[in-house]
Amino acid sequence: MSALEINEVRKTFGNTEVLKEVSLAIESGEFLILVGPSGCGKSTLMNAIAGLEPVTSGEIRIAGRDVTWCTPAERDIAMVFQSYALYPSMTVRQNIAFGLEMRKMPRGEREAAVERVADLLQISHLLERKPSQLSGGQRQRVAMGRALAREPQVYLFDEPLSNLDAKLRVDMRTEIKKLHQRLGTTIVYVTHDQIEAMTLADRIAVMRDGEILQLGTPEAIYNDPVNRFVAEFMGSPSMNLIEATLEGDAGQGYRLRIATPGEDDLCLPWPRPTEALASRVGQRVLLGLRPEHFAEHDARLDEAAQGAPFSARVSVAEPTGADILLRLPLGTGEVTARVGPRCPAVPGERLALRIDLERAVLFDGESEQRLA
Amino acid sequence: MANVIRRQTPLARLGRMALYATLILAALFYLLPLVVMLLTSIKPLEEIRAGSLLALPLAPTLEPWAKAWGEACTGMRCEGIGGYFWNSFAIVIPAVLISTLIGALNGYALTQWRFKGSELLFALMLFGCFIPFQVVLLPMAQTLGWLGLASSRAGLILVHVVFGIAFTTLFFRNFYVAVPRELVAAAKLDGAGFFRIFWRILLPVSAPILVVSVIWQFTQIWNDFLFGVAFSGHDTQPVTVALNNLVNTSTGVKEYNVDMAAAMIAALPTLVVYVLAGKYFVRGLTAGSVKG
Ligand SMILES: Nc1ncnc2c1ncn2[C@@H]1O[C@H](COP(=O)(O)OP(=O)(O)OP(=O)(O)O)[C@@H](O)[C@H]1O
Ligand SMILES: [Mg+2]
Repeated sequence: MSALEINEVRKTFGNTEVLKEVSLAIESGEFLILVGPSGCGKSTLMNAIAGLEPVTSGEIRIAGRDVTWCTPAERDIAMVFQSYALYPSMTVRQNIAFGLEMRKMPRGEREAAVERVADLLQISHLLERKPSQLSGGQRQRVAMGRALAREPQVYLFDEPLSNLDAKLRVDMRTEIKKLHQRLGTTIVYVTHDQIEAMTLADRIAVMRDGEILQLGTPEAIYNDPVNRFVAEFMGSPSMNLIEATLEGDAGQGYRLRIATPGEDDLCLPWPRPTEALASRVGQRVLLGLRPEHFAEHDARLDEAAQGAPFSARVSVAEPTGADILLRLPLGTGEVTARVGPRCPAVPGERLALRIDLERAVLFDGESEQRLA
Repeated sequence: MANVIRRQTPLARLGRMALYATLILAALFYLLPLVVMLLTSIKPLEEIRAGSLLALPLAPTLEPWAKAWGEACTGMRCEGIGGYFWNSFAIVIPAVLISTLIGALNGYALTQWRFKGSELLFALMLFGCFIPFQVVLLPMAQTLGWLGLASSRAGLILVHVVFGIAFTTLFFRNFYVAVPRELVAAAKLDGAGFFRIFWRILLPVSAPILVVSVIWQFTQIWNDFLFGVAFSGHDTQPVTVALNNLVNTSTGVKEYNVDMAAAMIAALPTLVVYVLAGKYFVRGLTAGSVKG
């Protein structure tokens, strides 16, 4: 039985359809992350799950129970808001205890629950303060404490860390991960931050315009995107998409011809033929290469094991410390390649590289759906 | 802006002094009527007839005040305005509390529990702020008759509440519209209902606007004359009506000192409220949103 099940939920505001038949199911203890560009309906979906906005059609089930028309209180859900939404007139202790009090938990148990949560989040020393006397990070903890005190079926986090500074965000990310591993809670979590998405999620749902484009593990989303949008949305720096012409046939194997102005055409053998490719021969396709799919040519290694050779004039080299990001002309634009920190790349000079096509992906030039 | 650093040139200092002098003069000018009233109210009658309006009393006396309170004639009766003073309180206090409470609930519902047409409803309610009192005198009299509340204290309270709601709703709606909606969402998820959220979450942060609403309503209702004269009975007249009767009673000599003392008594509560809480009034009107 799924902890949370959403079946063909639609939501319209007037004439605009904000959610279009969204369906997903989350197992108990699973950490699901919703990502997508601003305005794609993430918050709307969260509000629908929480019962703060009625859905236009569809069904929502929590722990097997149909809650589509239940009030927020009846759904057994806790939510952490981006703005924290702490009750300004109450102390931290009262903030955490409020939900328990509303659910008629006896005072003794309530106190114990507050202490437990305060211990867990290391906010025991703040219990008598008002929210206005707390820092951003402390407020964030209290907001989480308020949710954790209740032990509901499902936790909803709507961009809980986006108001924190970068350092604190990384710390809290780790803590949330630890908490999840320790408590085994079921979480739906909205974020704009891809690193948060990749590191925290058991599964990621990528949304656009009110639809879930892909739902899968972080690895699947990163390595096997279903279309160009997902491919470009996840990963930083984002995936390079290079226009190419598909040549060859199923018998001899397919090749990708990439025309770069001022250079000879580059012809790459495509290692993983699929049936969809046969009908695309002679047409425009998009080759998707992540920056780490490029590597420096290494003369000591076996030629065949190194992937397809490629050389280009380096236009920019950006050392990040751990590695170097190179900008190189390929196809109609420039691509980003990630190479080791010792790579002797000099801007303006040619550099021999290798392309690992085994991990590359191919999209249709028109529909931008995945081909291979 | 109080601590803007600026070099004090002699010219600037002169300008500043001129500014203060003007302000003080203006303040004195506005205070003059009050001063005259106060001085007149503690002078014996002979002194008023003989001396100038602004002369200090030679033999100050509180007798006019005592007379205004307990003996002066208001029409047929000669019991002073003391009883009517308490009448006013008996009308004003419930009317202020009820209209403020309803306004707060309206503002809360209009902002945090929006429904189809809630904005339109609010716009229509705003009309209530601009309706001239005279327009409703007759229909209101008829309505009170139907309700069996004619000439009663409850009827007058009802009229003031109905008229006050437009203003109090405006105050509270504009205050609560700045309260983040997530605050109420969080409370809903925590299991609190409509009234509980209002009582536990919203009301505790409403002090600034409560002060505004109470002061506004208190002054409006206390100072009301028209509704008082139209809808109250002999025993339920507010002090403003009694004051009018007292001043207009034409038996015997005109006792200016008693008139002035009565006027002072009638004006005192609003003065006191304003002096004690005026600072919060301004602060409340400019209060920003509630930080979560
Ligand atoms: N009450 C409303 N009335 C009309 N349109 C709305 C309403 N609430 C949201 N929308 C629209 O629905 C769309 C989705 O909004 P939503 O808040 O879910 O986006 P989001 O994915 O959470 O974006 P962000 O990442 O910026 O938080 C937006 O285009 C928004 O304008
Ligand atoms: Mg959002």
